[in-house]
Amino acid sequence: MKHDFPRMVGTAFTPDWFDGINVNRSAAERRAATLTTRRSVKKEWQAAWLLKAITCIDLTTLAGDDTPGRVQRLCAKARNPVRADLLEAMGVGPITTGAVCVYPTMVPHAVKALAGTGIPVASVATGFPAGLTPLPIRLAEITYAREQGAQEIDIVITREYALTGQWSALYDEIAAMREACGDAHMKAILATGDLSTLTNVYKASMVAMQAGADFIKTSTGKEAANATLPVSLTMVRALRDFRDRTGQIVGFKPAGGLSTAKHAMAWQFLMKEELGSRWLENDLFRIGASSLLGDIERQLEHFVTGRYSASNRHALA
Amino acid sequence: MPSIKDIMQTMDYGPAPESNTEVKDWLSRHAAGIGHFIDGKFVVPDGPMVDVIDPAHDTVLAKLAIAGPAEVDAAVKAARAAGPKWAALPGHARAKYLYAIARHVQKRERFLAVLETMDNGKTIRESRDLDIPLVARHFYHHAGWAELLESEFPDHGPVGVCGQVIPWNFPLLMLAWKIAPALAAGNTVVLKPADLTPLTAFAFAEICAEIGLPPGVVNIVQGDGETGALITGHKDVDKVAFTGSTDVGRAIRKQIAGSGKKLSLELGGKSPFVVFEDANLDDAVEGVVDAIWFNQGEVCCAGSRILVQEGVAETFFAKLRARLETLRIGDPLDKCVDVGAIVSQKQLSRINDLLAQGAAEGAVLHQSSAQLPGTGSYCAPGFFTGTAPAHTVSQVEIFGPVATTTTFRTPAEAAILANDTRYGLAASIWSQNIDRAIDLAASVKAGVVWINATNLFDAGAAFGGYRESGFGREGAREGLLEYLVPTGFKQGKSRPAPVLTPDVTPFGGTSTAPEIDITAKLYIGGKQVRADGGQSYTVMGKSGAVGQAALGNRKDIRNAVEAAAKASGWSGVTAHNRAQVLYFFAENLSQRRAEFETLLTDCTGVSLKAATEEVEATIRRAFWYAAQADKFDGAVHATKSRHVTLALHEAFGVMGLVCPDEMPLLSMMSLVLPAVAMGNRVVVIAAQSHPLIAARLYQVLETSDVPAGVINLITGARDTLARTLADHTEVAALWYCGDAKGTAMVEEASVGNLKTVWTDGGMMRDWRDPVQGQGRDFLCRATQVKTIWLPYGA
Repeated sequence: MKHDFPRMVGTAFTPDWFDGINVNRSAAERRAATLTTRRSVKKEWQAAWLLKAITCIDLTTLAGDDTPGRVQRLCAKARNPVRADLLEAMGVGPITTGAVCVYPTMVPHAVKALAGTGIPVASVATGFPAGLTPLPIRLAEITYAREQGAQEIDIVITREYALTGQWSALYDEIAAMREACGDAHMKAILATGDLSTLTNVYKASMVAMQAGADFIKTSTGKEAANATLPVSLTMVRALRDFRDRTGQIVGFKPAGGLSTAKHAMAWQFLMKEELGSRWLENDLFRIGASSLLGDIERQLEHFVTGRYSASNRHALA
Repeated sequence: MPSIKDIMQTMDYGPAPESNTEVKDWLSRHAAGIGHFIDGKFVVPDGPMVDVIDPAHDTVLAKLAIAGPAEVDAAVKAARAAGPKWAALPGHARAKYLYAIARHVQKRERFLAVLETMDNGKTIRESRDLDIPLVARHFYHHAGWAELLESEFPDHGPVGVCGQVIPWNFPLLMLAWKIAPALAAGNTVVLKPADLTPLTAFAFAEICAEIGLPPGVVNIVQGDGETGALITGHKDVDKVAFTGSTDVGRAIRKQIAGSGKKLSLELGGKSPFVVFEDANLDDAVEGVVDAIWFNQGEVCCAGSRILVQEGVAETFFAKLRARLETLRIGDPLDKCVDVGAIVSQKQLSRINDLLAQGAAEGAVLHQSSAQLPGTGSYCAPGFFTGTAPAHTVSQVEIFGPVATTTTFRTPAEAAILANDTRYGLAASIWSQNIDRAIDLAASVKAGVVWINATNLFDAGAAFGGYRESGFGREGAREGLLEYLVPTGFKQGKSRPAPVLTPDVTPFGGTSTAPEIDITAKLYIGGKQVRADGGQSYTVMGKSGAVGQAALGNRKDIRNAVEAAAKASGWSGVTAHNRAQVLYFFAENLSQRRAEFETLLTDCTGVSLKAATEEVEATIRRAFWYAAQADKFDGAVHATKSRHVTLALHEAFGVMGLVCPDEMPLLSMMSLVLPAVAMGNRVVVIAAQSHPLIAARLYQVLETSDVPAGVINLITGARDTLARTLADHTEVAALWYCGDAKGTAMVEEASVGNLKTVWTDGGMMRDWRDPVQGQGRDFLCRATQVKTIWLPYGA
């Protein structure tokens, strides 16, 4: 990660910043719907944007049947996400994904597989995905993941606090997690599919940032509703408001359901339009995904060769 | 070209041009000139041509013919000739043609979108995602009306030949709004597109030919304002529909005054965009993008006056300034552009002059800092701060991508500021408090209200203005009515001039003197008052003079309008309350039947039987409108998903009613009852020759709980008083039942505030006939439709 800004420290719990906020769903949906109709990138620009998107991917496996071998394979793909001949044809040097994201017990395998690459390992923690284990255990899980070499921790929040308006309890919990993260960067997963209303999404985003989250992240990928553009719009607007109030810089990570190159570009448009080009770099923007990379590879091959591509021409993750 | 590696650093958007190859080919095929489509044939006359410019590049796209009297005449003749057969087709047959048009618009959607963008300068995103889909939707919707016409509109028929003149800001969409309902209802059409943007109308003519629309049903003539005037003024045009500036609308109203042509006008606006402190400001900022920065601000219903609650104003302005910087301005054919070109250099300099004037008057202009293209008519979008209602830019339409802003303190003040305009087209209200939002929606004078949204359109929802934004509606059932006339009764004879000429000198002849002298007064503001001029005129009955009536003058009209304006509470009481008052009036009149029967026989000379019938009919009519008071109650339209779209029937406010001599009691109450049942307050000019009926009637009103100022009765010289009423800018609607000359006079005098005028063209009605003398038509004419859009989502 490159940082030309000081690390996020958060603020005291300040409910004034979100108490009066009430997001209008249909208006947010209209804005979200036109983001992709107002913007379009073509040809070389599209290739560049898609390559940039790859560098923002947290290449993820979060399944019950994960094994060291599976994780190793994923890490190999993270190191070489695009075929070398395609990169050469586009005149671009080697690139990697933004990170690899795994369960805590898989962290040592990932760390080993990525040794020397500079690609960070991100670990989910805190009773992912539901977050309903006792707090000391959840904090201990963060410590464990860090000790195993994770540089980034994706925590989940207690949805109960958001759904019942216990914002100060939510703040305390996230602040404790941030403390446990130490030097590791913390991404706060809001599980927006569970929060239901955009107003809850805004408030939870603001509380997470006040409590010191380096990133706010939409979903675990396990909720009934994954990352959507209206939800993401609401979160980046909160992020922008927080930045404008405090000068502190926070990143954003949509996760779950982003599976096509088109999705990636839609979220890139969102970031550029609402926050600026700086938020297209992988220290401030990550995409949590597994199958997305394959679709981007096919688009890139089409760009290079003019022929539509097949998935078996690209290495599996 | 930058390398991919470079782009990965800058993350710029790069060019994303929409191809216009096919459109260029089409234009080169029509290089000889864009001509007219008359009687199913394409006509390119010799004569001089004007250039059609691509405003994004200042290049010539085509040469355009300009129609003169000969072409207009030929087009009207063709439309007239095609009319009977077209109107006689079963609705299903017309539906099939409209359906085919809708289908073909969809099949040519990309071509039409690109052509529209090149001709107008609007972005391809808007022509592709908004204009053209709405065009197709409009034809589908009206294919449906054609199908249902016989069952949904019994006793109605087409108006005839429609002369339609449309503007350049939404060329094909405005064509659709005009042609679809006209054709559905069985009319034939002569339409003139704007000379700045004639191309999609020409392509539409090709579609008409392609689907085999019968010749003469749609005629397109090209030309400028003079051509437009030839169409609107043509003696064989039955209905005029115009969308454009208020000035031209006024000229058309004047031009065709007294001609008997049906008229609908969609004119300018200076629509309020109200942001309350509890609005979601980011959502409201996007609302501004969709309002004044939509279509380069060349939108009649654009939210061009932003009113922000003071406590959030600075935050809101900061967000607006930031949002301005992310707007992309440039070649409208680029898919990545938000703001395209202004339609012409002339329009651009008009905008720039107004912006300079705003700055000169002390307002601060905030504009996008984006680099504008070197050629083409571009205007950087922006907004003013420091604009007060008194500034020129707050009052006149800029018709460009720049809004004014004003702050307010309370919801009440927001309503006052919102309504502080001559116009009344649209309003956009931003608040997360539904009570507050609907409260303002109810009090704003506007034909279309969007709550937490802006510029939403659908063929199934009526669009049109209050006040000087015009009259008539487009879209939905309400819009279709503009292209229909009631049928099923025989037209009456011409109404003669009043038999009695007011004479204020002492009458030397015999008169039937009551035991105690009766002073007939005017009834203003719930009080019996003497005429301001201190004069009365002799009233003649069947056997000489029967008394004296107050001779009202200008000032009496002024006082009556003032009283009516003050009685605004009447529009707010429940429909049930209004019904109760009408029932009570019927009850009280019933108690005094004998007295009114005698009065009618004495005054008008009718038989006792006829007088009895007239009183009875009046009582029944009061019951009928009392019954309607809480039943003529609007609609919820089926538009988009998760949008409640309400069509409210709102009272105009102050109405003027000018009554005929015939059946003086029944005719007067046939006008008064529907107007007040719907919540209007009325100033009535009673039958000139039989003023004592009104002078007796106020006694009944006084005992019937009619609130002061709701019904004001003036007696005197009909047309002298009618002129003052027609002139008066506080009067929102006028019904005139006089003679042909007076009809022309009031229509012409109405241009001051472009009030809605309804006349019977100087033809007598049989007031006893429930078809001619009462009905839904009266209720429609007593109300204006306000469409309220309320999108929702948890």
